[in-house]
Amino acid sequence: MSTAAAHDDHHHHAPTGLKRWLFSTNHKDIGTLYLWFSFAMFLAGGLLAMVIRTELLEPGMQFVDPEFFNQMTTVHGLAMVFGAVMPGFVGLANWMIPLMIGAPDMALPRMNNWSFWILPFAFLILLSSVFMSAFGAGNPAAPNFGWTFYAPLSTEYGPASTDLFILSVHMMGISSIMGAINVIVTVFNLRAPGMTLMKMPLFVWTWLITAFLLIAVMPVLAGAVTMMLTDRHFGTSFFNAAGGGDPVLFQHVFWFFGHPEVYIMILPAFGIISAIIPTFARKPLFGYASMVYATASIALLSFVVWAHHMFTVGMPLAGTLFFMYMTMLISVPTGVKVFNWVATMWRGSMTFELPMKWAIAFVILFTCGGLSGLMLAITPVDFQYHDTYFVVAHFHYVLVSGAVFSMFAAAYYWLPKWSGVMPNKLLGELHFWSSLISVNLLFFPMHFVGLAGMPRRYADYALQFADYNFWISIGGFWFGLSQLLFLAVCVLCAMKKGEKAPARSWEGAEGLEWEVPSPAPFHTYDTPPVVK
Amino acid sequence: MSEHNLQQRNQRTLRKLLIWAVAMFGFAFAMVPFYDVICDITGLNGKTSTTASTEGPSQVVEDRTVTVEFITQRGEGVNGDFTSATRRVEVHPGEITLVNFFASNPKSSDIITQSIPSVSPGEAARYLHKTQCFCFDQQSLAAGERKEMPMIFYLDPELPRHINTLTLSYTIFDVTDRVAATNN
Ligand code: HEM
Ligand SMILES: [Cu+2]
Repeated sequence: MSTAAAHDDHHHHAPTGLKRWLFSTNHKDIGTLYLWFSFAMFLAGGLLAMVIRTELLEPGMQFVDPEFFNQMTTVHGLAMVFGAVMPGFVGLANWMIPLMIGAPDMALPRMNNWSFWILPFAFLILLSSVFMSAFGAGNPAAPNFGWTFYAPLSTEYGPASTDLFILSVHMMGISSIMGAINVIVTVFNLRAPGMTLMKMPLFVWTWLITAFLLIAVMPVLAGAVTMMLTDRHFGTSFFNAAGGGDPVLFQHVFWFFGHPEVYIMILPAFGIISAIIPTFARKPLFGYASMVYATASIALLSFVVWAHHMFTVGMPLAGTLFFMYMTMLISVPTGVKVFNWVATMWRGSMTFELPMKWAIAFVILFTCGGLSGLMLAITPVDFQYHDTYFVVAHFHYVLVSGAVFSMFAAAYYWLPKWSGVMPNKLLGELHFWSSLISVNLLFFPMHFVGLAGMPRRYADYALQFADYNFWISIGGFWFGLSQLLFLAVCVLCAMKKGEKAPARSWEGAEGLEWEVPSPAPFHTYDTPPVVK
Repeated sequence: MSEHNLQQRNQRTLRKLLIWAVAMFGFAFAMVPFYDVICDITGLNGKTSTTASTEGPSQVVEDRTVTVEFITQRGEGVNGDFTSATRRVEVHPGEITLVNFFASNPKSSDIITQSIPSVSPGEAARYLHKTQCFCFDQQSLAAGERKEMPMIFYLDPELPRHINTLTLSYTIFDVTDRVAATNN
């Protein structure tokens, strides 16, 4: 495996066209691939969500049958979690970590190429079953058991395509693990002289900790799907009660992965926001060290809260109390972060360029999501809320107006560095305001229908929920269409149409990435930069 | 640092992380026996002992009455009846009680069944002792057979005071194919 410095010879004969992308070991190219892939999955997953919202526009069954509806919720969740959010953050890591720590490339460039190129095939496999289903092949043709694929729905009762699903989850897992290893090796071994750990930008810190989480839990997910596979085909009974196994065990294994996984999807976002707010408040980040410790404690705590997803499954009282208090404890370091962001803005000379708008929206809306999470953590209350739209509202606030908004913030912030031109202001403003309003129209009423008892994952609902659902669907279509504006912004930048960006593209921006020209040249830091 | 050194360092870090990933894969499987142990200790998920209890009760607590309810369910592949002679009994802790269960096989071929018990609240599982149960072994049902299957139990006199009702649920599964597969 070649290391970063060992491929100096690429300088003179960089391949072009398809080959450039297929064989690239350059962190910027691979970052770009990841980001486009993530966006494509975001649109594909979004399309599935539009099917869901079309069916739920009115009570009664109009548009799809319930079986197909279940496939939509399942594949929507999988595509968004594993296809849009995770690869999106990996793309940002690829682009920005070497630039931020003064490294010439990622430490294991060839592995980097592999970890990206596995992904499109993983999703080809998964999405192929949706195409088969849409065109009437097999019934049901696509996985239909929810993104959490609980046994026995996914074992005894899983459709044939479950095996495709298992294969594709394995591939996604291998890709993430390789990506995570690359981040850790790069951060440990390739920092420029003088870039001590406690001088690293928070985006690098949060990604380092995320990478450790990934290596700890993606193999557990791989273990879970492997057990499913052997239960399905090789006569084992890990999750099969008839053979002495236990379906509840599945939930423990899944959520042991699943809860750290939700932090994998939010920690890098914390890093992005911690980069953007100081820039536009023109003040250094408040409480840098406490941010690092808060991130580390969130990561550690995330291993001891998984059963808050399973309160209704039944647990001894002591266990229930333990998981309830641990879950509530996580809001302490999370609160520290929100406090620090607000304190950074306090008396800063704030301006509200696009990245800052997204960042502030993130802080407010993510906090809303954290608050509903806190409500769900209260066990007796969760008995009422569990598996209702209240949970759906919770995790969409933290994931869409949280993780996804942070990626929009990151894109608007770093697009000048990536492309050399400033993102189109008019389209950007439209995209922001349109998304901000529609995302709340889409997800806020879900709290109400959830509290009133509307269960999630059903293709129909009781008449009393009709008005809310109508507006939720309108919000959904509106939010979906708004994302085409972002597509336009990205395409314009890729075509270099726009105001030329200076090296330091934002007035108050600090950090090594702003010392290199915009767009960042194909090779940076052949000689390590000076870290002050 | 020379380039060669850096390469070696990268490889070393890579190896350590890979070992960790493989270990975590193993950990997922280690969770299986670990889960069983936790279930044994805490009664998590209402699992009762899978073997007959050999000791009798130390005493009968006459001044305390506990309701025991029975639920029967048919799992995958079973289409015969599965019921208990009674749906609820009132017992004193320490009192030995017999309850009959019935299963039938309307199919034209013999089947082998396995019943899986579960107690709610899970906390009570350890205090339910069975001296005989059809669930300890697989039960074969000939074509058209209706079988009486006894279960004898007593509640531990130590049963915590706040538990006044407990529910014992059985799910019956057709494991004919499973048994055939392991015999081959
Ligand atoms: C203050 C922090 C948080 C708390 C206290 C919290 C608490 C909870 C609880 C108790 C549930 C289970 C609800 C139920 O199923 O009945 C839940 C579900 C969920 N949470 Fe959070 N949460 C927090 C933050 C987050 C974050 C940051 C994310 C992701 C970025 C997240 C993603 C999710 C997801 C995806 C689910 C639903 C999983 C499913 O059943 O499909 N949560 N949360
Ligand atoms: Cu969780």
